[in-house]
Amino acid sequence: MKHFVQDLWGKFRTNRRALFCGYILLFLALAVLPFLLSNTVGRTWVRILDFALIYAMLALGLNIVVGFAGLLDLGYIAFYAVGAYTWALLASPQFDLHLPFWAILPIGAGMAALFGVLLGAPTLRLRGDYLAIVTLGFGEIIRIFLNNLDHPVNVTNGPIGINKIDPISIGGADLTRTHDLLGISFSGVHIYYYVLLILLFMTIVICVRLEKSRIGRAWSAIREDELAAQAMGINTRNVKLLAFALGAMFGGVAGGLFASLQGFVSPESFGLLESIMVLCMVVLGGMGHVYGVLLGALLLTVLPEILRSTASPIQHTLFGEVYIDPEALRMLLFGLALILVMLIRPTGLWPAPKRRRAIDQDIVKD
Amino acid sequence: MDIFAQQVLNGLVLGSVYALVALGYTMVYGILGLINFAHGEVVMIGAMIALAVVSALLSMFPEMPPFLMISLAGTAAILVCMSLAFFIERLAYRPLRNAPRLAPLITAIGISILLQNIAMIIWGRKYKTVPQIFPTETFELFGANITSVQIFIITISAVLMAGLLGIVHFTKLGRAMRATSESQRVAGLMGINVNKIISVTFMIGAGLAAVAGILIAGNYSVAHYSMGFMLGLKAFTAAVLGGIGNLGGAVLGGLLLGLIESIGAGYIGDLTGGFLGSHYQDVFAFVVLIVVLVFRPTGIMGERVSERA
Repeated sequence: MKHFVQDLWGKFRTNRRALFCGYILLFLALAVLPFLLSNTVGRTWVRILDFALIYAMLALGLNIVVGFAGLLDLGYIAFYAVGAYTWALLASPQFDLHLPFWAILPIGAGMAALFGVLLGAPTLRLRGDYLAIVTLGFGEIIRIFLNNLDHPVNVTNGPIGINKIDPISIGGADLTRTHDLLGISFSGVHIYYYVLLILLFMTIVICVRLEKSRIGRAWSAIREDELAAQAMGINTRNVKLLAFALGAMFGGVAGGLFASLQGFVSPESFGLLESIMVLCMVVLGGMGHVYGVLLGALLLTVLPEILRSTASPIQHTLFGEVYIDPEALRMLLFGLALILVMLIRPTGLWPAPKRRRAIDQDIVKD
Repeated sequence: MDIFAQQVLNGLVLGSVYALVALGYTMVYGILGLINFAHGEVVMIGAMIALAVVSALLSMFPEMPPFLMISLAGTAAILVCMSLAFFIERLAYRPLRNAPRLAPLITAIGISILLQNIAMIIWGRKYKTVPQIFPTETFELFGANITSVQIFIITISAVLMAGLLGIVHFTKLGRAMRATSESQRVAGLMGINVNKIISVTFMIGAGLAAVAGILIAGNYSVAHYSMGFMLGLKAFTAAVLGGIGNLGGAVLGGLLLGLIESIGAGYIGDLTGGFLGSHYQDVFAFVVLIVVLVFRPTGIMGERVSERA
């Protein structure tokens, strides 16, 4: 059965016409998905889908650092925070700045990349596990600063956060309002869905191209054996810094989009647990595999929401009262998933084909 | 009251707790080369168990002498933490001993999340107040105020540290531990049961962590399901500062970090002209960590660590 499916998949992949039809079908499915959701399970699910897309972008960014270059970053959410706060400060009543999104998006991405290099530079010489702790500390430092920079000069508004952030607007049209186009009415969450989908698509293309590029191969060389990579003439310092900067950049863009979609940011959204959740997406999906990471991100944003809407009612009907609140249950399952995936399937649910082959060979060799 | 002396004293009290926790990190790192990320959570579990036992005893036997009560609670906490550490090592670390470095680190994060949330489900989200079972007395020492709880903390920590150093350097078990950390394979060839030694190392670390949890909960009079995490990170920083893998270094690093934090938090406001205040206390540990790792990755007393392990 398994071979049959693999055969079929292999034939499908090599048949150009079938592949083309497949892409068209996927495109149509993604295009009608929000309408399907809002008409069946409600509009909140379109919003959840929006967040899933943002998280997917974030996870793909982290995948560059962790998956491609093999640098375990436990403070990745800091770049997300930098992007979100950049957007919030430049497009809200906080400083009464209201820059357009096409100006903020590059600024946010640039800021995040700058922070990526700032973090990367002192940590270049560190081994994997030390790096993890230092990045974790860096993430906490950023959060502590966001939390306390409300005095003596009020920059971030402290724990309260920044409110009334401008949404994306194109040609004066506010994207959070409902607009009519070709006789169909698109509400805010729908429009955001399409904007995010386009950006995510761009991210995927960039990631896939990067992985196959000279830089991508340099990253995987560093990941497998840094000393050997150095001996092969790879400038490990620059290549590692580039991984930090590029990964941070995607995080910054995702953060900015998050701020504009939510309309509100506060330091609470950028805790260590968020970093770990994004890491879970990468690890669970399959480190270094773009589509695997996408799968991980979608699973880990959609499943907890399903859990949230079902855990309490199920406990209520079974035991008559709610013993475990859904939030704790979610984290419990996260922790368990991390452990089990590492023990049972260390390459993730959908690992990169090349890496799977390498591991199989290792087993044969031993 | 002399403010500087007071900050130094507070720093020493805090530092001796860091040192106890740092010993656990450094022992495990010395033997396995693994950052036991879940160690901070063990500290929290220790504090919570002791608190639960004390509360139960207080409601059942309010007349019990406080020393007996704290000894019972401490014993219970140490036993629970030791068995917890045994199972953590067995289930999450041992199967991955030959896996890439990142694998056990990720399972350790998983264990950490798991323990935190189990504690939250059992003991709730609220901060728990620790009952005052000892009458608190305040003494004056070199112009600083020291409470009986603080004296208790420093004494217990000093005794435990001395005890640990004694075990590691002068007993057969300690010799086996040192041999295992030199080379697991050769230690195994010499007839040492390496797996048993690793389990024992984890358990000793957990026992110290349980005591540290009780001391810190007693010092601040609160306990919370998330108290272990930050404490664990700081203790790890202390271990790195002193030179990870080195027991004396962990003690020195712990005391130093406590002093840096306490004095830093006390004077940062004056130094920066009021721009940064004492709520940046948590930043110090991370800045110290980053600075140490960049300029002297081996720590103060550490030996040379080879580039590739």
